[in-house]
Amino acid sequence: MTGGTVCYLYGIAGAEATGLYDAVGGLRGIGGAPVGVVADRGLAAVVGAVPAAEFEEAPLTRRLEDLDWLEAVARAHHEVVDAVAARTTVLPLRLATICRDQERVRALLAERRAGCLARLELLAGRVEWGVKVFVLASGPDAPGAPAERAGASGGTGLSPGRAYLRTRRHERDARDDAYALAEETVRRVRAAAAEFADEHAAHRVQQGPLARTGAENVANDAYLVPATASDAFLTAVREEAGGPGSVRVEITGPWAPYSFAADPEADPATAPRTDPGTAPAIAAEAVPASASGTAPAAASRAGPGAAPGTAPPGAPPEEEP
Amino acid sequence: MTAGEPLPRRQVALIDLLDRLLSGGAVVTGDITLAIADIDLVRISLRALIASIGPRVPAPWEGAGPLAALEPPGPADPRTHPGDVPESPGAPGPPEHPAAAGRRHDR
Repeated sequence: MTGGTVCYLYGIAGAEATGLYDAVGGLRGIGGAPVGVVADRGLAAVVGAVPAAEFEEAPLTRRLEDLDWLEAVARAHHEVVDAVAARTTVLPLRLATICRDQERVRALLAERRAGCLARLELLAGRVEWGVKVFVLASGPDAPGAPAERAGASGGTGLSPGRAYLRTRRHERDARDDAYALAEETVRRVRAAAAEFADEHAAHRVQQGPLARTGAENVANDAYLVPATASDAFLTAVREEAGGPGSVRVEITGPWAPYSFAADPEADPATAPRTDPGTAPAIAAEAVPASASGTAPAAASRAGPGAAPGTAPPGAPPEEEP
Repeated sequence: MTAGEPLPRRQVALIDLLDRLLSGGAVVTGDITLAIADIDLVRISLRALIASIGPRVPAPWEGAGPLAALEPPGPADPRTHPGDVPESPGAPGPPEHPAAAGRRHDR
């Protein structure tokens, strides 16, 4: 279909949901294209036409490496899913789910019917909240103010070497304190959240250029919460978030249930409700990697992000290579 | 610090969005399915995002697939399929890609 269009799928909803048709009316998706519905026996795919020249396999592969393009597509995808989620239950699909034409969309719906219907039922009336925990472990505002402590040692008559070692020790202690506090915060927040959440998913911690700088992300969780319990959930999480200090808790949402839209074919992976008590310590992850501690540090990072039984659909249990 | 207020009207952060759109969302096999395994845009190059392109998603991820895909392929070959990548399932990622070593796999 080069030169033509292909069918981009944003999400799947129940075809009987009248809100669905209200939501897509007038809605524009990727590239400003109108959003429509392709229905098949009780299920409806929310779709839009996209240029084959961009979304065929080869060009898509290249385009996905273009962050600006990826962002535009991701935001358009999100806007459509969000608009539909505001009106009815939707099973969000992963970015770049594409069929040749509407016939293929119907075939796909037929193929995945049972799984999609089951998942839609579990998602009904629920929203996703994101809860991230950050440690402000470096920089002048770091807990324990190592610089001050170091200064204090100036008057103790320590030799430069000893003063240096002492400073280093204080810095390390301060870091340890900050991570211990973060670990405790994560534990408490998870426990509080679990009171109101049906499911919990642990995303990878956020790092790198796209992540906020100046703070280390030590937990990046998502919770599936009944919409009616959202206020209680937020209150509980905020209560455990603590006051100003070396640890910051950030809440995002409400989101469509992206993190809980488990592959309908692989539903066993969807762990019901997390026991926060089993959440692994973040200590291993919290140990600041030395400049050269890359691979081994990374290996230990695999664990903390994914508690057994808490793996999100998109981030199943860790697996040591 | 304290928990920030959720601000529905504020544009969502791209990183939060990509967490959800690239590692969340239901995976159904369309005609063109990019199995973008466990993306970590922030740690690895964009090129490494793409673990598999093809009509079928080789799931669950096993062996060298996504791990090997993290090795940045040469610029001459932007289309890296897990199957195309040479063996070495446990091969550690390059040091500048710590994500590779501790990779969690999609399903």
